[in-house]
Amino acid sequence: MEFSCHVEVRGLEGIADPAGRTIERALPALGFDGVSSVHVGKVISFVLEADDEASCREMVSEMCERLLANPVIERAEVEVAPLATGAAG
Amino acid sequence: MSATVGVVYFPGTNCEHDVAGAIERLGGTARLLFHTEETVKGCDALVVPGGFAHGDYLRPGAIARFSPIMGPLARFAAEGGPVLGICNGFQVLTEAGLLPGALMRNDGLRFICTTVTCTIESTSSVLTGGLATGSTLRLPINHYEGNYTCSPEQLAAIEREGQVVLRYRDNPNGSTGAIAGVANLAGNVVGLMPHPERASDELLGSADGNLLLSSFLDAAARYASGQLAQGVAAR
Repeated sequence: MEFSCHVEVRGLEGIADPAGRTIERALPALGFDGVSSVHVGKVISFVLEADDEASCREMVSEMCERLLANPVIERAEVEVAPLATGAAG
Repeated sequence: MSATVGVVYFPGTNCEHDVAGAIERLGGTARLLFHTEETVKGCDALVVPGGFAHGDYLRPGAIARFSPIMGPLARFAAEGGPVLGICNGFQVLTEAGLLPGALMRNDGLRFICTTVTCTIESTSSVLTGGLATGSTLRLPINHYEGNYTCSPEQLAAIEREGQVVLRYRDNPNGSTGAIAGVANLAGNVVGLMPHPERASDELLGSADGNLLLSSFLDAAARYASGQLAQGVAAR
């Protein structure tokens, strides 16, 4: 079955995030006060064919380790959900 | 005997001819190797030059790692062959796991194109073997993602082992420890963000890059004659 996969890659805790910091400084200039902890990352989404949700998650984790994120500076959060098959009700 | 240096280029690499020219002017023989090559046979050393391999898609160097030539390059490195990554080539070698750390966007989010002063921190690498610790070089940098980053534990380890070969005098990009270049533990694989090939003639404003490239060519010649392996192993 097919799964919709959503991978969010962002910097590890403690690693400088200059883009996030720049946005955090820019928002108050527009009058948005009280903004903190801004992080900028990237989203990679795709559809994956897998036997079940567990094996889908396992494959996506391995993709993250080997390509989608660089573990020296980044971490990845993975969300997977079965794709609606469109079966007539 | 003139050492043969393989200059590996990918779609998007743009410094291969500058590197080849600098090597040839120093008496070496340069051989351009496209990333689809499956052998590095006949080369005494390899350079991965700067540019934007595979468009820097995903992360600089992330896709280049999967090119056919990278397997033979990794084996050449494991056998003690001299390998140099310049700028994007440095990013490729870190992504391939041949060098510690990673290169992030510059602190301040600016593309930096200027000439900087760097200090030789260690001479136990194929790039710096012919220089003196503490000597300074004027070298051009030209990058958006040159902010060298590693964990505090890794930083302590590479400092302890003398793997930090080149340091910026005035940190231009936020690099951890102001690191401009690092080597692997054996010292035969080196990466640096500055471009030695662009400092290879006084007409270019500096010829200091020749000191690094000459040292690298010496290492290539020693590797060709079977002497480098001993030198590296002696560390």
